[in-house]
Amino acid sequence: MKEIRIHARAGQGAITTAALLGYAYFLKGMYLYAFPHFGAARMGAPMNAFVRVDSKPVRLRSQIYEPDYVLIVDPTLLRGYNCFSGLKDNGVAIISGKADLELPKLKAKQKAFVVPANDIAMKTIGRPLGNTTLIGAFAAATGELDLNSVFEVVKKRFSGKALEGNLEAVKQGYDFIKNQPTAAPV
Amino acid sequence: MKELLEGSRAVAEAVKLCKPGVISAYPITPQTHIVEELAQIVANAELDAQFVNVESEHSAASVVLGGEAAGVRSYTASSSQGLLLMGEVIFNIAGMRLPVVLTDANRSISAPINIWNDQQDSIALRDAGWIQLYAENNQESVDFHFIAYRLGEDKNIMLPVMVCMDGFILTHGLEVVDMPEQEKVDKFLPAYKPLYKLDTAEPMSLGLLAGPDYYMETRYAIQETMDKVLDMLPKISAEFKGVFGRDYKDLLVEEYMTKDAEKVIVAMGSVCGTIKEVIDEQRAKGKKVGLLKIISFRPFPYERVYEALKNVPKVAVLDKSVSLGAHAPIATEIKTAFCGKKKMPKVISSFVAGLGGRDITLESVREVLRRLNQREVCLDFIDLKPELLKEQYGE
Repeated sequence: MKEIRIHARAGQGAITTAALLGYAYFLKGMYLYAFPHFGAARMGAPMNAFVRVDSKPVRLRSQIYEPDYVLIVDPTLLRGYNCFSGLKDNGVAIISGKADLELPKLKAKQKAFVVPANDIAMKTIGRPLGNTTLIGAFAAATGELDLNSVFEVVKKRFSGKALEGNLEAVKQGYDFIKNQPTAAPV
Repeated sequence: MKELLEGSRAVAEAVKLCKPGVISAYPITPQTHIVEELAQIVANAELDAQFVNVESEHSAASVVLGGEAAGVRSYTASSSQGLLLMGEVIFNIAGMRLPVVLTDANRSISAPINIWNDQQDSIALRDAGWIQLYAENNQESVDFHFIAYRLGEDKNIMLPVMVCMDGFILTHGLEVVDMPEQEKVDKFLPAYKPLYKLDTAEPMSLGLLAGPDYYMETRYAIQETMDKVLDMLPKISAEFKGVFGRDYKDLLVEEYMTKDAEKVIVAMGSVCGTIKEVIDEQRAKGKKVGLLKIISFRPFPYERVYEALKNVPKVAVLDKSVSLGAHAPIATEIKTAFCGKKKMPKVISSFVAGLGGRDITLESVREVLRRLNQREVCLDFIDLKPELLKEQYGE
């Protein structure tokens, strides 16, 4: 079983991100349970979305406390929350943010990648919605999903100009990680 | 076909396959994507139904009452405060023997305001004369809608059915669901032929005054029918298996590793999935534990529960709602199942968890098993924060 926890603010597309990730796993023939947890139920309030993946139907309904992977859509959440709470010893975190973003000290085998997802999204989609870029980065950083399956999912979700932009965003997120010296998943 | 769908979306698709002619809903919170999706389906002309947007849940329930009274298969969905606002009409729908189907996205009740999941809303309406079925996952959420119409519209039943699915956990959860083809649903669920309906050609009245000379017999009749439902559910389950291939056994309860169990947890709804995980984990360690999942809460299958638990030494009942000032709702029923019986568990302990969306984790379930020992406990709250109880007004 693999568990992914997404940290975002309500309205930033975390549920869509969870759904797209989930769909990519579904295309691999996996079972999954993707679900949100809202804090204050207001736009802008911190919230989580989760994806739990397994080769058999997922029965466990609790939130995710010991994730294999963490996706942080909004780096300002690092100020008030321990977004790395419970991250597995060999866990991977993918964070949307600028290169100079300060991160807490991680354990020896944990990895964190800061991806300028909003900048990439501005260039590719025209709006600062870095979700698809992060999914591309997730695929590259974890080796869980291959790029083509992510493309498949994006094609299913978007059409027209949004599709073109998001496909490019996925690719740039993927390449950003692949071009980093420490990127190859162990 | 296997699809990855959000629970609400899957249920909307299931309702579409049931071909209701009248759908009515109040579209503002507390509501789910179910009716939003159905509105789209009707607008796209994928379903030939009248979708009536109304100004309150009281009106939504009244519209489906009217639709069903006119002999048309009708559907609505609600949750939490919305379901309570329907309450008065909910009793009327049952009293008039109208087989409406309603999906309740189980959520807590105010005050304080809390939009999250527990089962207080449908439990508050347990005495209304509706059949209540509780789903563990979204496949059950989908399948129970076909079963609900098939059961409620049976000429020997003629009662409304509430399909209860945990709010957020199931309604907002994406899962792989096997959506059946229309032909299969049509085979299992024939077109609705009402026993009686409002018709200007043959006028009749429904829901009239029944004084002390008549009223009691109407209640007796529903009670009598509820007993028939207990016999019908296993038969309908067999029919369902024949058409769709999925086996819900007697559709009253599900026994999971109970045969040789020394400790059994009784629960209802999505938490049963989490409990099954703990059961597997404990079984791997050689602990003889099991789960008894209640599917039909109304009617309550007392005999079936007795058979399942009579030889189990220790039973823990896990409620996700309360009956303030009395024992917890499921626990009350479980204890009643042993009244006047020769065999019974040595210990029946009652636990409450997950109120207002407090997460029920693997550790919460392990804690239930730890607290299930020789000493019987009643209304033991799991994951309670004692420090919050000390806070006083003015401090």
